[in-house]
This record gives sequence, C-alpha cells and structure tokens, in this order.
Amino acid sequence: MTAPIWEVGGHSLTSRLLLGTARYPSLAVLQQAIHASGAGVVTVSLRRESAEGRAGSQFWNTIKELGVQVLPNTAGCKTVKEAVTTAEMAREVFETAWLKLEVIGDDYTLQPHPFLLVEAAEQLCRRGFEVFPYTTEDLVVAERLIQAGCKILMPWGAPIGSGQGLNNPYALRVLRARYPEITLIVDAGIGKPSHAIAAMELGYDGVLVNTAVARATDPVQMGRAFGLAVEAGRLAYQAGAMPVQDLAEPSTPVTGTPFWHSSPGRNP
Amino acid sequence: MLIEVNGEKKELNAPHLLADAINHWGYAGAPIAVAHNDEFVPRTRYATLQLQDGDRLEIVSPMQGG
Repeated sequence: MTAPIWEVGGHSLTSRLLLGTARYPSLAVLQQAIHASGAGVVTVSLRRESAEGRAGSQFWNTIKELGVQVLPNTAGCKTVKEAVTTAEMAREVFETAWLKLEVIGDDYTLQPHPFLLVEAAEQLCRRGFEVFPYTTEDLVVAERLIQAGCKILMPWGAPIGSGQGLNNPYALRVLRARYPEITLIVDAGIGKPSHAIAAMELGYDGVLVNTAVARATDPVQMGRAFGLAVEAGRLAYQAGAMPVQDLAEPSTPVTGTPFWHSSPGRNP
Repeated sequence: MLIEVNGEKKELNAPHLLADAINHWGYAGAPIAVAHNDEFVPRTRYATLQLQDGDRLEIVSPMQGG
C-alpha cells in the first residue's frame, strides 16, 4: 500500500492525478486505465436514466469495485438553479459532498461562466458541499470563489477536450503565487503528459485529465504515463529548477582541460 | 394524468405517490436521484410526495463524466 502524499477535501490520497471516466472505448478499458494511472480520484456525472436501461447501475458498480474517491460534476449546467439541483442529486446518489462545479457560459469554448459560477459556489458551500469549481485562470474570480468558501480551485489549462495544454502559464503562475495555501488543480485542456508535468512544475497540487487518456491509442498505457508525469512534475517542483540564463555556461569544468586558454577568445 | 419524465410524457392513474410511480416505471432498486418540478427530492420524501397532473420529473443515475 502506497503511503498518502496529499490531503485534499478531508481525504488522504496517494496520487496527485485525478482522472475523468468519459469517452473510453469500454468500461473494461476505463477500469484498467484508472488502475494503471494510480489515480485515487475519478470524476463522474449524472444523466437521465430510462426505466428499462441499467447503464447507470453497471457503470456505478464498476467504479465502486475500484474503491476510488468519486468527484461528481455538474457538466452541462448553464444556470445556478440547474447546478444546485444537480449537485443535490449527485450528493445523494454518490454519497459524497465533493462536487466539481461546472457552470458553462459559452457553448463553443465551454468556458466557465464566472458570475454564475461564483453565485452557485456561494449557495453550495452554504449547503455543506466541498466545492471544486471549474474556473478560468482569472485572479479576481478566484478571489471571489475563495470568499464564497472554496478551499480548492480548478483553473482550466485550455478548453475542455482540446488537448492544447497550458494556454496561459503566466496567469497560472500568478494564481499559484497569490494563493499558496489554496489547493490548485489544473483541469481541462491537458493533451499530453508533458502538459501535466508543466502544470506540476508550476507548483500546482494536482492535474485532472480525461480525454488525453480516454482517446489515446492505448488508454491504459497513457494512464500510466500521466501517473508518472504528475509524480515527476511534483518532484521537479519540490527539487527547485535552476534559473534560466541567456548564455551558455560549461557544465564540464574548463580549467586544466587540454589546450585551455585563460583569456576569452574567438575561433581562429 | 400526464407526468413528464425526463422530457417524455407518461400516463399515470391518479392519485399517485412518487414512490409508487418510481416502482411502477421500473426504477426500483436502481441508483437514482429525482428532481420534481426542478427541485431536488430527497429519497426520504418519495413516500409522501403526491404527484399532480402536469408535474415534471427528472430521474437521473450515474454516468461517465470528465
């Protein structure tokens, strides 16, 4: 059993990777990918269930067998009322107060609606939810979400499912510097493990990935790759990266090397 | 009476409690949650909530999500 490395929302976790459960070729591949990634948190959702259909039961049983913490989302909600009602339904079905709060403001980019997001977060925090708001990298919206009671923020890297990576590293860096005590998770837009490493090197606490794993040629191996990437990025952040400089600096000591000249010179 | 369930109209013999309707439509035992006229209904209220003609129900269950 791996020792917990991270406390979030009252739970001890052994990985800083959060994995989405949508868009996999099959439930079996999903199950293997979660296992290979080492993720201890998976996102889930709610959809209309037909009386005859039992897809929901089958999916839910698969997830329960894995023993991972679930993070229900409010995907598709566009109003505060929809988000709050969906959250209440999710809390009852999934038996957790954790909630990935999504309130979408634009159909083409799926950009979070900052004003409605803050309003919904205020209501849900008052109702006892542990709200993980899916937000933009906007610093002032982040401040309002924290005032609403959020202890965790999930800024986007890029639009959902786009695979573009971190579109605004500057703003993500500023958020990290401005809120050292808040749990920050990059959610959405991650396309490759190198993007996840970049987020972790910025000092982010975790990364949430779905499509990059689900739509890989081999989702199970990609899950493993993301698990390793998140760990590598965290280690690198803790180790402290060297400063960047414009000119070369020899890594091999030059004093005493053959044909060494003490004065700087040019090529003949 | 007509009840709208997940956007589809269903006929129901009045009067009906929500708990009876859920059983009648075959949802018994499934991991579901219900919203009645856009308001969340806790499981504990199924046995007392009386459905009226024209009511709207959302009946949801777990699905994959990102």
